[in-house]
Amino acid sequence: MGETITFWVLAVVSVAAAFGLVFSRKAVYSALMLGVVMLSLAVLYAVQDAPFLAVVQIIVYTGAVMMLFLFVLMLVGVDSSDSLVETIKGQRFWAFVAGLGFAVLLAVGIGNAVVGDATGLAAANAEGGNVQGLAKLIFTRYVFAFEVTSALLITAALGAMVLAHRERSEPKATQKDLARARFLGDHPTPLPGPGTYARHNAIDMPALLPDGSVSELSVNRVIARHDVETGRLPENARLAAAIRQVAAHGPRTEQPKVVQAVAEPAEVPVAAEDDPPTAARPAGTPVEEEGK
Amino acid sequence: MTTHYLVLSALLFAIGGIGVLVRRNAIVVFMCVELMLNACNLAFVAFARQHGNLQGQIIAFFVMVVAAAEVVVGLAIIVTIFRTRRSASVDDANLLKY
Amino acid sequence: MEPAEIVQHSGGVIGASWLMIALPLLGAAILLLTGRRSDRAGHLLGVAMSLASFVVAVLVFFELIGLGADSRRRVVELYDFLPSGSLDVKMGLLLDPLSISFALLITGVGSLIHIYSIGYMAHDPNRRRFFAYLNLFVAAMLLLVLADNYLGLYIGWEGVGLASYLLIGFWQHKPSAAVAAKKAFIVNRVGDMGLALGIFVIFTTFGTISYAGTLPLAGNASTGTLTLISLALLLGACGKSAQVPLQSWLLDAMEGPTPVSALIHAATMVTAGVYLVVRSGAFFEGAPTAQLVVTIVGVVTLLAGAIIGTAKDDIKKALAGSTMSQIGYMMLAAGLGPAGYAVAIAHLIAHGFFKASMFLGAGSVMHAMNDEVNMRRYGGLASVMKITWITFGLGYLAIIGFPLLSGYWTKDGIIEAAMEHNQILGWLAVLGAGITGFYMSRLFFMTFHGRRRWEEGVHPHESPAVMTWPLIILSIGSVFGGAFLILGNRMFEFLAPAVGRPEEAPTVHAISTIGLVTLAVVAVGAVYAWLRYGRAAVPEVAPRGSFLTTFARRDLYGDALNEALFMRPGQWLTRIAVFFDNRGIDGLVNGLAAAIGGTSGRLRRVQTGFVRSYALSIFFGAALLVGAWFVVGNL
Repeated sequence: MGETITFWVLAVVSVAAAFGLVFSRKAVYSALMLGVVMLSLAVLYAVQDAPFLAVVQIIVYTGAVMMLFLFVLMLVGVDSSDSLVETIKGQRFWAFVAGLGFAVLLAVGIGNAVVGDATGLAAANAEGGNVQGLAKLIFTRYVFAFEVTSALLITAALGAMVLAHRERSEPKATQKDLARARFLGDHPTPLPGPGTYARHNAIDMPALLPDGSVSELSVNRVIARHDVETGRLPENARLAAAIRQVAAHGPRTEQPKVVQAVAEPAEVPVAAEDDPPTAARPAGTPVEEEGK
Repeated sequence: MTTHYLVLSALLFAIGGIGVLVRRNAIVVFMCVELMLNACNLAFVAFARQHGNLQGQIIAFFVMVVAAAEVVVGLAIIVTIFRTRRSASVDDANLLKY
Repeated sequence: MEPAEIVQHSGGVIGASWLMIALPLLGAAILLLTGRRSDRAGHLLGVAMSLASFVVAVLVFFELIGLGADSRRRVVELYDFLPSGSLDVKMGLLLDPLSISFALLITGVGSLIHIYSIGYMAHDPNRRRFFAYLNLFVAAMLLLVLADNYLGLYIGWEGVGLASYLLIGFWQHKPSAAVAAKKAFIVNRVGDMGLALGIFVIFTTFGTISYAGTLPLAGNASTGTLTLISLALLLGACGKSAQVPLQSWLLDAMEGPTPVSALIHAATMVTAGVYLVVRSGAFFEGAPTAQLVVTIVGVVTLLAGAIIGTAKDDIKKALAGSTMSQIGYMMLAAGLGPAGYAVAIAHLIAHGFFKASMFLGAGSVMHAMNDEVNMRRYGGLASVMKITWITFGLGYLAIIGFPLLSGYWTKDGIIEAAMEHNQILGWLAVLGAGITGFYMSRLFFMTFHGRRRWEEGVHPHESPAVMTWPLIILSIGSVFGGAFLILGNRMFEFLAPAVGRPEEAPTVHAISTIGLVTLAVVAVGAVYAWLRYGRAAVPEVAPRGSFLTTFARRDLYGDALNEALFMRPGQWLTRIAVFFDNRGIDGLVNGLAAAIGGTSGRLRRVQTGFVRSYALSIFFGAALLVGAWFVVGNL
């Protein structure tokens, strides 16, 4: 009875988490969902008289593998959350058809494979317990496979090192080189901080340049995308356009020329005239429409 | 009871499969593959108990080892691709075509 | 009486008879391989080789005479030619009265023509090559008549065809000569196909192709098989001997130098067909239908050749028509069986002499007249070229059957044999003799008598001795040859061991009713010719003439018939085949390739490069496999 309750609870949790893994937009959420599934499965192992596997599941999978995933996620960039808009025609439809068909076939197939009650592992685990039983098998009957696994692990470790290693093809840049590159580049000065010359210094507000134009360089892309997705755009059309531009394609490197800017100087300030300056908000907090 | 575990296993496997087909982020695709492997392990463990035989658990153990190795290499490949192409989308690595 | 048994022989001159073939072959090889270096003495080497071959032939002849009449068929084994499974051909030479007669004729007349060519080709820069081809021809012809099996005969047969092609086209700078050479070669191929088929049937019937293993056993085969073999061989004989329907090449072959016309197209090569029919007599005797066809072919050809001869103004073409006609006589006799073989061969030898004499005489005339061949531009040459006139005249009298000369004996023999066999054939042969009398007289009077119709600037003169001596020797042969061979049944008795003999030997009459009738018909033809061309003036430009004249001038429309029946349909067939090949086969192949290419081009699009698409198909495949597994497992 206890097993039944455990099963049903964990089954629901793991399936829900699996769906979450597939459908969550952010890779980090997916990773967390996978962790939930793995933990549930660890418990299910334990319930099925496999305490050793349950522990290994937690240590290896949830501990090592999941950490690796998260590390790589951080390395690759959290900003790599992808949109769920399908680009390949028909891919999603057929994927669901195939997945559903496969699930049904598999469930029907191996569901019918089991006849009669489970034998149980009481007898097998009797001699010194589960760990000893497994150890006996691994070091006798499967010792060769076990040794080969060690070779596999070493090879994998070497392979990972070789793949991830990057040969430095040029000398490491000194501070002098960096300074030179900066002055030769587009922006000798530091990039404008958000909120510069604006009525407030909220981190998601684009800076205004001295001529009054909007600097797209000052907007963080992740934050801009978040704003676009949640619909928290400023009322001011030029600011909103700048944020949308950054969210969709990244900042345009070329800034409006000064001459042009002088021609139409003070639109934004006028539009923001009535706004009482608000205090700085913490980063990432929703920005209500400007000028409210 | 074993049947329940097996059906759950099949369900998780199919969901993992759908994830592989639907998601574009290589890391998420990888996670889905791991999910499928875990579903298999669940079936192995269930069968082990059904037959009163530890060999199913042994196989599950080996699967874990192989999965660990696979994750190491696979993630290294993803990092390498990302480094050169600035993208972790499997759709962007589509040069090998007609 | 059956022919004598064929016996193995070794040693003696007969054992060395292979020298007959080897010497001219060696001469040809030397002359061709040394090239211009042997230009100066090449013609002498050629003549020497031919004469040496003749000497060997004479020695072999006398040794053969020395043997008993019933043991005059000797085989000299040379080597194992084709030791392949059931087809085991041992190359050897068959020396018997028939083959040695031919060998003597070929080497004898051939040598005289070699000598004559020294003078005739004196100013030709390629004289050495000419002699090389002549030697090659003699070697091939000797192999043809001396081989003891059909394969050896076939090799010689083809070698003769090759030599003929090379010699007809010897002046290949003349388009007409090149075309004539090709025509001769192609028409001969048609005949050769018949010969090859005949040999194939012989092999399947008897399991061997040697004369010794087939001819004595001919009686074992069914009449149908023998008829098939005989008709196939006859087709070959028609090709080589210019018999209807494969006669068209001979007239064009006159494009070659005149000695070639004399050697190949009068004395030797064209007689190969007669040799084949006589040699394979055992097959023909077992197939009366085939014999009838042979006689019909002979009669048709002798009339056709004679009619063509009446209308030609080109002296060589008129002579070529007469050659066709005379070989028709031989074919007619050869179709009569053992009764006609001896007289056919006798006529062949006599014809070899007088036709060679006349051709060489014609060559002498052309030599004197700056290579003019139109008889309407000759006339009155008798006083200028005495020796040529006399020798040509003797040949002329011999061919029309003037009493006691060669043709009188041999041709009368044929006509009498034909008359005994079948009245219609006999009377047609008599008619042919009458036409012969007419056209040969026409030729003779137009050339040597009447008004001089020479072109301006032509100063005829007698030819040098190297050309006249062969003429003299040949004319002696044409005067006495016939009488020597026929009187006392000499040829008949001599050939009997080789071809067998009928129950009763033919009686030879110096004067017979048929002979007198023939003589009268010939006289009518000759006198008519004298009235038309001797006494009356010959116009220098040929009159248009009646429909019949045109008919004869156009070679009885033989070429037109060939073109209409074979060439045009062949061309159409080729065009259809080419069209079918371009559109049908190439279209199929190219279309298939294009279809595959197009399909591939579209299927290529399936390779999107998206790994998720591939994964989808893998997933579907796995699902399919699981499904199939359930279905199969539940069955």
